[in-house]
Amino acid sequence: MDARTSDAARSVLEAPDIARVLTRIAHEIVERAKGADDVVLLGIPTRGVYLARRLAARLEEITGKPGRIPVGSLDITMYRDDLRLRPARALARTEIPDDGIDGRLVVLVDDVLFSGRTIRAALDALGDIGRPRAVQLAVLVDRGHRELPIRADYVGKNLPTSLRETVKVQLTEEDGRDSVLLGLRGTTPADGK
Amino acid sequence: MKRHLISAADLSRDDAVLILDTAEELARLADRPIKKLPTLRGRTVVNLFFEDSTRTRISFEAAAKRLSADVINFSAKGSSVSKGESLKDTALTLEAMGADAVVIRHHASGAPHRLATSGWINGAVVNAGDGTHEHPTQALLDAFTMRRRLASGASGVGEDLAGRRITIVGDVLHSRVARSNVHLLSTLGAEVTLVAPPTLVPFGVESWPCAVSYDLDAVVGKTDAVMMLRVQRERMNAAFFPTEREYARRYGLDGDRMARMPEHAIVMHPGPMNRGMEITAEVADSDRCTAVEQVANGVSIRMAVLYLLLGGNESAVAAARTEESK
Amino acid sequence: MTMSDTHKTLLRGAKVLGGEPRDVLIEGERIAAVGTGLDADGGTVIDAAGQILLPGLVDLHTHLREPGREDSETVLTGTRAAAIGGFTAVHAMANTFPVADTAGVVEQVWRLGKESGYCDVQPIGAVTVGLDGKKLAELGAMHDSAAGVRVFSDDGKCVDDAVIMRRALEYVKAFDGVIAQHAQEPRLTEGAQMNEGVVSAELGLGGWPAVAEESIIARDVLLAAHVGSRVHICHLSTAGSVEIVRWAKSKGWNVTAEVTPHHLLLTDELVRSYDPVYKVNPPLRTEADVMALREALADGTIDCVATDHAPHPHEDKDCEWGAAAMGMVGLETALSVVQHTMVDTGLLDWTGVADRMSTRPSAIGRLTGHGRPIAAGEPANLTLLDSAYRGVVNPAGFASRSRNTPYEGRELPGRVTYTFLRGRATVVDGKLA
Repeated sequence: MDARTSDAARSVLEAPDIARVLTRIAHEIVERAKGADDVVLLGIPTRGVYLARRLAARLEEITGKPGRIPVGSLDITMYRDDLRLRPARALARTEIPDDGIDGRLVVLVDDVLFSGRTIRAALDALGDIGRPRAVQLAVLVDRGHRELPIRADYVGKNLPTSLRETVKVQLTEEDGRDSVLLGLRGTTPADGK
Repeated sequence: MKRHLISAADLSRDDAVLILDTAEELARLADRPIKKLPTLRGRTVVNLFFEDSTRTRISFEAAAKRLSADVINFSAKGSSVSKGESLKDTALTLEAMGADAVVIRHHASGAPHRLATSGWINGAVVNAGDGTHEHPTQALLDAFTMRRRLASGASGVGEDLAGRRITIVGDVLHSRVARSNVHLLSTLGAEVTLVAPPTLVPFGVESWPCAVSYDLDAVVGKTDAVMMLRVQRERMNAAFFPTEREYARRYGLDGDRMARMPEHAIVMHPGPMNRGMEITAEVADSDRCTAVEQVANGVSIRMAVLYLLLGGNESAVAAARTEESK
Repeated sequence: MTMSDTHKTLLRGAKVLGGEPRDVLIEGERIAAVGTGLDADGGTVIDAAGQILLPGLVDLHTHLREPGREDSETVLTGTRAAAIGGFTAVHAMANTFPVADTAGVVEQVWRLGKESGYCDVQPIGAVTVGLDGKKLAELGAMHDSAAGVRVFSDDGKCVDDAVIMRRALEYVKAFDGVIAQHAQEPRLTEGAQMNEGVVSAELGLGGWPAVAEESIIARDVLLAAHVGSRVHICHLSTAGSVEIVRWAKSKGWNVTAEVTPHHLLLTDELVRSYDPVYKVNPPLRTEADVMALREALADGTIDCVATDHAPHPHEDKDCEWGAAAMGMVGLETALSVVQHTMVDTGLLDWTGVADRMSTRPSAIGRLTGHGRPIAAGEPANLTLLDSAYRGVVNPAGFASRSRNTPYEGRELPGRVTYTFLRGRATVVDGKLA
């Protein structure tokens, strides 16, 4: 285990596992979309964006269309329903691919699916940007405890948790390593979801 | 960020960069089909203007509306009650109406400070220009414009203005724009030089974080941005300078002077411009003049300020009190 | 008042002018004896041990506001405030509505003072009709009236016309009058809101430059010398003004000057709060000015402390800076501020305080019954001060009708426990009798 993580946090996915599940999700997307011609991947900052880029790379490999899968980011801060519970947050980047999302299949990508409120906010944000043909959701980890009627279309790993536990996704681009850590509240580093 | 925005001097470098970065994200909204965010739904922003300023008012109004706040425009000009009473009484009225933020423009220096500290209201106070004191959102939009135009990277996100040389020219004495810019630009690391006839430089300016010159020609050649302040013709009658012609010749920006500026340098003006006075039409209409861009950037900056003041719980005083009573 | 003329009061163990403990026996309107081991002879005995006994304080510069602005102060409430502050005589400024520029108005104020009974009220007459600096008021008629006016001032406004000033200075020589000048060059102070300096530059408030005061003082001391008159400078506020007065005095010219308590303590840094309670004319200056004023008061260049007590109703201060009225109340805190700034700093002893707050202002105003020594046979105008007291200023308890004090919440030393006006206590145990 990495020295930076607390003893109480245990790794449930390591780099090879993450690579494998992303490849699987990419295949599932191609399968369900019958190709990936109109797929647009939108990652939810911060780590969802990196996952979206990795998925795009895999989709391009699978479909043999390098550089042809539009990928962007969708910041949902201004659409959150809990803004007034915390100080105003800095905004992250929203980057919509040049051709837009109208009539496309948008696949939202996030690291952890928990209450579903983030995805609710993301759907609202999407509605202000355009009108996709359909919206799907891909997540690396689904830890349960939904508070809204939302489910993921593609799940890397279903991880049953208690509310006292935290799930922390680390990605090389942001954290210097790939892993998913399960810990107890107050024991994992940074903002466990 | 603090609960109010009264003075650019109150902003730390990180505060200022956060506002600029937030505005940079919000500026992208202009490219979207729906130029609106739900963030301040149910919040009330009052534009309380004791002075005519359609430009500033509509800029704040557009900013608040794009964030889905309810906007009430309150023009208190020409009220028959004494000015003092009307500020307090108006404040109490706004408080009773549940204003979450009051954007105030007032002819008296310090009126926003007074409003924020008097206990008359609980909402956030945003200074939209007070007397000859400050106009912090103008300075922020100016800094935003400079960062975009002068930045090394893409639009300069995360950056300040370290090492940039900014020249502010004109009626510094009566300019709230100049006061706010001197504070903000120096906080952001820029080197500010004020250029004006000695009569229009404030007594006591030596304590400001900037240099002062009486010679525009000596400065234009080594500057990254020249900000021209509006000079009112009436100042001539109070003997601040002899004639318009002499002012324009010594302190106005014309094509020749602009040509001596470095190639990348921009010309800024907070508007409204006095063409032929502080700026010639040739300069005002050139690509290097950012006056129109500054107006557009004003909406993004004011959205950022309103979001950062009202978008979280820090400023939501009423909510905090409710929670405490549970 | 039912007190008999021969009522006796014995102040036991008071430190007369801060000196060794003495008993002071008051009999009727006069001091009967000063000594040790005196017998009260059946009269009232007041334990004054450890307290400072001063001659009753005299204010050369008080705005009592009546007639015309009774919402801010009346002669009655103003003299009550004066008594609480240890004053036995105040000079009522002329800028009332109507202006005290006729015998009728000064007599009205004088009569109201008599009726109040809390301290003597000596009206000041306006120099020019309506204070507008154009035409001399009937200075002689005001002097000849029952009010017996000797001090004339357009205070609030400067007598800026050099010819009018010269004529006024000359004219009052006929009855030993004095012109008290509010030194403010009007053109240099158009739109002035505070001291012109580093702070005004930052706050964007119109500047009131020191030179606007100093240039008028320079002109007026030269004029007074030229015509051989005496001139009094109101509320001197800058280090430069001190230098000019010092120079004029060194020439032997008949120049006197006053300083307010607030200019001895407060600086323009306070204006950063934009709280109009600090808005006053002349404005609060810099630390360097404050220090120069203290020194000048200590060395006698500045003759006296005058309160410039300027009451204003709450609404005139409960607003933005630009709309607010100028002025501060000062009668009830003056002696405390002087103790704090001059005595506790070692600049002035209690004899000096008696001189600057009683003897000299009486002499300038030509008052005969005030500013006298504390000795047998003298009028019993006395102030007893508990200088060991420390208290926080609470305007809610003021006797003045107005509350615009800059010292609210500030701890200041000293409390007047007793004030005697011609033998009769106007203040007992710190409260109005």
